[in-house]
Amino acid sequence: MDSIAVDLARFQFAFTIAFHIIFPAFTIGLASFLAVLEGLWLWTGRDVYLRVFKFWLVIFALSFAMGVVSGIVMAYQFGTNWSAFADKTGAVIGPLMGYEVLTAFFLEAGFLGIMLFGMNRVGKKLHFFATVVVAIGTALSAFWILSVNSWMQTPAGYAINEIGQFVPASWLEIIFNPSFPFRLVHMVLAAYLTTAFVVAAVGAYHLLRNRFSEAAQVMFSMAMWMIIVVTPIQMIAGDYHGLNTLEHQPAKVAAMEGHFDSQGPAPLILFGWPDMEAGETKYKIEVPYLSSIILTHSLTGVVPGLNDFPREDWPPAAIVFVSFRIMVGIGVLMLLVGVWGLWSRFRGRLYESEWLQRASIVMGPTGFIAIIAGWTTTEVGRQPYTVYGLLRTADSVSPVAAPAVWASLVVFVVVYFVVFGVGIFYIFRSMGKSPDTSHGVEEGVPVRSAGITPAQALQPNEGDRSHDD
Amino acid sequence: MMIDYPLIWGFLIAVAIFAYVVLDGFDLGIGILYPTTKDADERTLMMNSVAPVWDGNETWLILGGGGLFAVFPLAYSVIMPAVYAPIIGMLIGLIFRGVAFEFRFKSSEERRPFWDLSFFAGSLVAAFCQGLVLGTLVKGITVVDRTYAGGWWDWLSPFSVMTGLAVVSGYALLGSTWLVMKLEGRPQEHFRRLSKYTAILLVGFLLLVSIWMPFLNEDIMVKWFSFPYLLYTFPVPLLVAITVLVLWRALMRDSDYTPFLASLVLFLLTYVGLGINIYPEIVPGVYTLWEAAAPDSSLKFLLVGAVILIPMILAYTAYAYYVFRGKIKSTEGYH
Repeated sequence: MDSIAVDLARFQFAFTIAFHIIFPAFTIGLASFLAVLEGLWLWTGRDVYLRVFKFWLVIFALSFAMGVVSGIVMAYQFGTNWSAFADKTGAVIGPLMGYEVLTAFFLEAGFLGIMLFGMNRVGKKLHFFATVVVAIGTALSAFWILSVNSWMQTPAGYAINEIGQFVPASWLEIIFNPSFPFRLVHMVLAAYLTTAFVVAAVGAYHLLRNRFSEAAQVMFSMAMWMIIVVTPIQMIAGDYHGLNTLEHQPAKVAAMEGHFDSQGPAPLILFGWPDMEAGETKYKIEVPYLSSIILTHSLTGVVPGLNDFPREDWPPAAIVFVSFRIMVGIGVLMLLVGVWGLWSRFRGRLYESEWLQRASIVMGPTGFIAIIAGWTTTEVGRQPYTVYGLLRTADSVSPVAAPAVWASLVVFVVVYFVVFGVGIFYIFRSMGKSPDTSHGVEEGVPVRSAGITPAQALQPNEGDRSHDD
Repeated sequence: MMIDYPLIWGFLIAVAIFAYVVLDGFDLGIGILYPTTKDADERTLMMNSVAPVWDGNETWLILGGGGLFAVFPLAYSVIMPAVYAPIIGMLIGLIFRGVAFEFRFKSSEERRPFWDLSFFAGSLVAAFCQGLVLGTLVKGITVVDRTYAGGWWDWLSPFSVMTGLAVVSGYALLGSTWLVMKLEGRPQEHFRRLSKYTAILLVGFLLLVSIWMPFLNEDIMVKWFSFPYLLYTFPVPLLVAITVLVLWRALMRDSDYTPFLASLVLFLLTYVGLGINIYPEIVPGVYTLWEAAAPDSSLKFLLVGAVILIPMILAYTAYAYYVFRGKIKSTEGYH
């Protein structure tokens, strides 16, 4: 297989999965948020929770639909573009994906219809049940797919048969492979944080327009609590994840740190440019000892360098180095916003602090950027392997000629930008609508020429959200 | 006793693909029939009749693909590159029609025709590509050394184009009879009329395929036209003929439910007939179920889950259909 076809297939996978991950990362957090909101509404009877619920339900439906259609693409890419990988690893990771479909996808799809359309058909309690089930489904999906990914990073519990296929030896070891618990915690927290920042940004936007908006206050306050609680936990989880990577994938850590020579004590390179040709990180700004402290929790601990490994086993260091810094940098900013929010809250100025709200709007999309940067770090850091240390990327691709991959790649890029671009635009537009006035207007009156009547909601003066425009 | 796991899984995957074909079949069919009406209200009704269930329906496609990857990885890895273009086409089609469920209700009045078109074209392309895949597989693909070794246009042949059109007309029949069941009044009459046309079209394609297929492959000829196989296979065409009669009479007599149920039976019989042609192979002419299967340990592990979970899935899927049973009256939604 020529290397152009390999690179094209890699780029196609990276592109389609980077687009896809945006939607499930958002819906994992949003589903839980919706379940909490509906629970609070049922518990307290406060109308504002239902309003906020319905506001986000519309956005959830849009992103869920985009997650579904971009996800089906992923289920087939292993075969269309990575058939050698599929043949060799199918017996091990295929059943995990099978479990994802059986435990998560059907559950989500089965109850999503009730969650979106069924409130006046099944009653409040059953509707709440459906919402909770959808939230559980999104989490189960994360469980299985992260197990698959982690197995590719830190394979365990397998044997290799006479024709070179991976075959299962211990399912427990396969599922709970060494990096899985760390990756799962890190990703689920990332999904929650990402959603929290989106909710905070939307709440802030509406507070800036009307600081007395009850719905906006609920959103902003809940999001700020989430941010200040989860960000520190995420940083600790990230540290543990890094230590786990050091143990199992030291070359990846060397690239993340930008170290070519192993050394102890090792400085932390804050910024720089790892030049693989020259074998050194250029233009670097260092903090002495810090890399040893972070990675070995001692002043003089030895930290690996890329030169410890054969040249052909190096990951592309510059990409890993830069994307890792983007993720960490965003994490630091997130913590600052969380602390700022807490401080404003204690001063009783959470809803008045306009600069905090402006900052929150700017920070709105950063969760997505951090997630994509983090995944870039771990996936590019896994190179040049698909199954770390065992199966090379170049030996994993399909026998599909470069022109065919070119054509499909162009189609995917164009279609994704157009279709999901429009979808994201609709999401923005829904976010811009006032969360307070979306209800009780013109009850029962057909909206728009389509003759669409707002569905009767549970409370007498609660019409469904009217249509846009 | 030895349990034949590949055989059980061959059956389960066949069931998953059949579930996909009929479930997504009627909602793709609705998309294919979109241009037969210009009325915006009627189009909203059509879409809303499947809106709560469409992504559950498409999940069967993920089970089909993901299941194949899990239990017959060799089949998955030679089939997908062989039908590269139709699979990509299907995925793109599914994207356009899937988002239309949401976007149609979010767009401005002037943009709505674009999402109507996206719903129609996406459904049509997805259905046609599925038919291309079917035709390509039945005709046979070239495999050397556990790897697809054919060309990039091998999937294009008169036979595969014909099966593509056959699938489109079959889905259109499922869609129109579904709408006969879910709608009332003038729209219902409209789709009752269309059901008659699509039924005639599908029967024509079925005849064509049945005549053509035995000439593709000697094994198929033997199965259908020689003793003693004939004794097992003969009932299939007979039952097809009976079902077509039932369908036609139901359409003439203004029955609401029978046309859809008869169409489902027609699909089932066609599918069984196809299964007879292919069994015991999973990649026709290349691999049997046992040759393509993952080791028993993988099959057993996933089977435990399937045995417990599939009945649950069927139960709550049935519940979801039950919640949204009956005629579509208003256009309730959350949009």
